[in-house]
Order: sequence, then structure tokens, then C-alpha cells
Amino acid sequence: MKLSRFARLVCLLIAGIMLAACQRHDEAAPWQLTDISGHMPDLSFRLTDDQGKAVTAADYHGKVTLLYFGYTHCPDVCPLTLAHLHVVMQRLGNLADGARILFVSVDPSRDTPEALHAYANAFDPRVVGLTGAPSDIESLTKRYRAAFSREPDKSGGSYDVSHSSGIYIFDANGHARLLATPEDSQDKLIHDLHLLLSPGGAT
Amino acid sequence: MKRHALLAWLMTLLPLAACATQAEQIKAGYAWIRLLPADLPAGGYVLLNNQGTSNAILVSAQSGTYGSVMLHQSSTDTRGSDTMRMLDHLTIPAHGQVALVPASYHLMLQQAKHPLKPGDKVDITLNFADGSHLQIPFLVRPANATD
Ligand SMILES: [Cu+2]
Repeated sequence: MKLSRFARLVCLLIAGIMLAACQRHDEAAPWQLTDISGHMPDLSFRLTDDQGKAVTAADYHGKVTLLYFGYTHCPDVCPLTLAHLHVVMQRLGNLADGARILFVSVDPSRDTPEALHAYANAFDPRVVGLTGAPSDIESLTKRYRAAFSREPDKSGGSYDVSHSSGIYIFDANGHARLLATPEDSQDKLIHDLHLLLSPGGAT
Repeated sequence: MKRHALLAWLMTLLPLAACATQAEQIKAGYAWIRLLPADLPAGGYVLLNNQGTSNAILVSAQSGTYGSVMLHQSSTDTRGSDTMRMLDHLTIPAHGQVALVPASYHLMLQQAKHPLKPGDKVDITLNFADGSHLQIPFLVRPANATD
């Protein structure tokens, strides 16, 4: 009893550094992605969506959400991730209507709602672009320990942005459930999202 | 007479074999661009096969369609953060292949001079260290194209 509680605490601590370490925490779990249930706080934010509307996590209550940080001036990795998620959504068929991909910009000075709207729609109708005050975005990235940094580039006003590559998955009640990394296959995402999205499935 | 002709023919072949430029050694395949909305930077991808016996060193690239073409590499650090950096050269080893593919090496294409649409072809010229050039047609594909 005591040992198990201790093990959970250790796992929680390790989770902060490397979430992947908890992957084999519970062999009986049905998940193929990294189970973060109880290790990450519920979805909470105050941002502006790509229609220019002020939104909070409550607006996505009832939807399974996939939280991903990026920026539109990212031509390589962000589009690859969003293109993969688009294929995942397509393969989920009608179930995908119960999901939203929340693409949160870590570059709010350039990513206006209009810019995000065109970007989000280029990938999938279920992608929602979110931007907002730098402090609100920072508190969200901190909440999920998704580090990002901005490195000013001396030559001509442009700058590099580095950002966390993880996809945080929340159930319809806004509870953090799973973490996917770019290395995780579409099959794993589809398997787990199928479970989360199916009526009477894992909630 | 016949011998002379053969010799002359051989003479024309020899310098070719010995002096194949770096660009001539490269066979390019699967060249495409991921088109993003508005004037956002786009990624250019291509497989480069070096069929020669010496290294080919890609030093820069340019295109009449884009104001800026840069050689980039995306990488993920130990904390799981993605970042891109600019490369000043990329070596394609003799008898080797280098793949410019998503989340790895890519061409960063900026300042398109006219609007593009999926299905368009864009010529991009690769410049090699020996001063040779290779022009490759890239196929424009939609944002959500996967490999
Ligand atoms: Cu780049």
C-alpha cells in the first residue's frame, strides 16, 4: 500500500522531467500513447480563437481536445504534425466530429486570428487556431510544462521560435489523459482517440 | 582512319568522366513544396542521390519564384522542443543519399513572387561547392499533404 503510493509519487516526479518514463506504469491500461491521467492539470485557458472570439476551455467542454503548440511561420514541423492529425481525423470518420485540435500559437505578435484562421483551415476543419496575450499563452505552456523560447535573429527582424512538440490529449470533461509525441504512429493516435471518442468508451 | 576516330571518341569521353561536376553527379527525385496560406514560409523537399565517386556539397539554392531560399534543418532537443537552424552547406556523400524531408533537412522558401496553388511546378536551382548548378522542378502540394 505504502510502496504503491511511493511509486506513484516517484512516477509523478519523473513525469515532470520525462513523461515517457510512465509509459509502462500500468500494464493493464488500454492506451498505446503515454497515459498522463492525474499527472497533468485539467484544460484551462483564456485565449482568442481564429474567428477573433474570446474563448476559454469551457467552450470546448464535450469535445475531446488535442492541444498542440506551434506558430504559423513554422514551415516544416508544425505542418507535418497538423497534416498527420488531419489524416488521423479522416481515418476516425464521424467520430472526429467529437474532437478539436487546439493549435496554440507561441508567436502571438505575428499570429493574428486572421492569420491563424487561414492556417488552421488549410489543414483540417477541426483545427482551431488560438492566440492571445503573451502572458496568457505563457501560463498555458507553463501549465503543461511545454517549454518554448524565442531567439532573435540579428539579420532582418525575423526570429526563430522553438516549441514543445508534444500533443496533449484531454477527454470531453477537460481532464488530461494522454501525451503523443511526433514519433508516435497515426495508428496509436487512432486507437486511443477511438477509445476516448466512442460513446460509453473510456471517460 | 578507324583508329583515329576511336581515339577521338575516347578523348571526348575521358574529360567527361574525370570532370563530372558535383551537379552532374546528383540525381534528384521526389521534389515537392508544402504550400501554406498567405505569404507564410513554405518547406521544400527533395531526395538527392549522389551517383558519383566524390562528395557533392550543396552550398545554396535559389528560385525565380521565391525571394529567399535557405537551407534549413529541423531538430528536436532533449526536452522535446522543436527548432530550426540554417545550414551553410550540406554534403551528399559519394554513392550516398541525403533526404530533404519533413522534420529534417528542408529548403525554407520565403517571399513568393506570385500566388501559388497545388499542382504548380516551381523551379529551384541548387548550387554546389564547385560552382555547378542543378535546376529541379518542385511540385506544389497542399498544406496537409503527408510525405
Ligand atoms: Cu526552416
